[in-house]
Amino acid sequence: MSVFRNVVFIAAIAGLLSGLILAAMQSFATVPLILQAEVYEEAGGGHDHGSAHNMPGMEMSAPATAEAAAPAEEEAWEPANGAERTGFTVLANIVTGIGFALVLVAVSEFAGGVANWRQGVFWGLAGFAVFTLAPGLGLPPELPAMPAADLAGRQVWWIGTAVATAAGLGLIAFRSSLAFSLLGLALIVVPHVIGAPQPESHETPIPENLHHQFVVAVTVTNLIFWVVLGALVGIVRGRFTGTAKSLRDSFA
Amino acid sequence: MEGERTLGMNTVSSTLGASASSASRATQLALSALLGLFVVGFVGFSHMDVVHNAAHDVRHSLAFPCH
Repeated sequence: MSVFRNVVFIAAIAGLLSGLILAAMQSFATVPLILQAEVYEEAGGGHDHGSAHNMPGMEMSAPATAEAAAPAEEEAWEPANGAERTGFTVLANIVTGIGFALVLVAVSEFAGGVANWRQGVFWGLAGFAVFTLAPGLGLPPELPAMPAADLAGRQVWWIGTAVATAAGLGLIAFRSSLAFSLLGLALIVVPHVIGAPQPESHETPIPENLHHQFVVAVTVTNLIFWVVLGALVGIVRGRFTGTAKSLRDSFA
Repeated sequence: MEGERTLGMNTVSSTLGASASSASRATQLALSALLGLFVVGFVGFSHMDVVHNAAHDVRHSLAFPCH
């Protein structure tokens, strides 16, 4: 299992560092906006995360079931505001960073490996396109108290879009025929033709300005995260495997 | 190769699977990618309330579908 172990080793270092950087960026770019949105959420009828049944003018056909499910939800543990909440945010960022790093390292090894930090930047940009840009077109970053369609449906669309975008980019980058490039382009476009699940109404107490700020903050912080992650993978892998020359020998 | 048993920076040339067969290498890479997707999925897509609450701000900040 030496390949597996080496991939995990590189991903752990690169993911840990980029996850920490992401957490630092979030602490001043996105989390303050989430906290602001929660003020509107509390004012708008309690901690309900803005799901549809609690939005004015958005009564569903079965409000009774939704209300019945609510109390159990509210009893679930959640970190206390302040250090505890920040701690879990940092932890979740590190874990997610390592997870994304595992995917990036493993997939790039199939294509010959990230030889240096500059190649890593391009792999990072691909990761950004796959995991932030493409899903974010149909499902923009949302703040608490914003209405949204059924969670499972959105998750399916999100994952399907990421998979299709990754496959499409792969075909364009690694197949040198026009037909494959067109197929790749089609794969990237199709999820947006299908369209993401949308809520029945977009009515929300969140000011549009706040939401716009949040979309920009999320997109830019994720862009930096992915570029840093890709570059770090290139650097760590380079140090780990030695010179680029031997690396080419290893990865042909 | 002996070198790949250690993680030291001096044992250079055999890392990331030069000695592994291509099938074994592909399997291990696929396994790594799946592990990564599982980890991201657990933090970002789990329907468990406790996991959701712990990673709440990260889910929003990474634009994962939330709530």
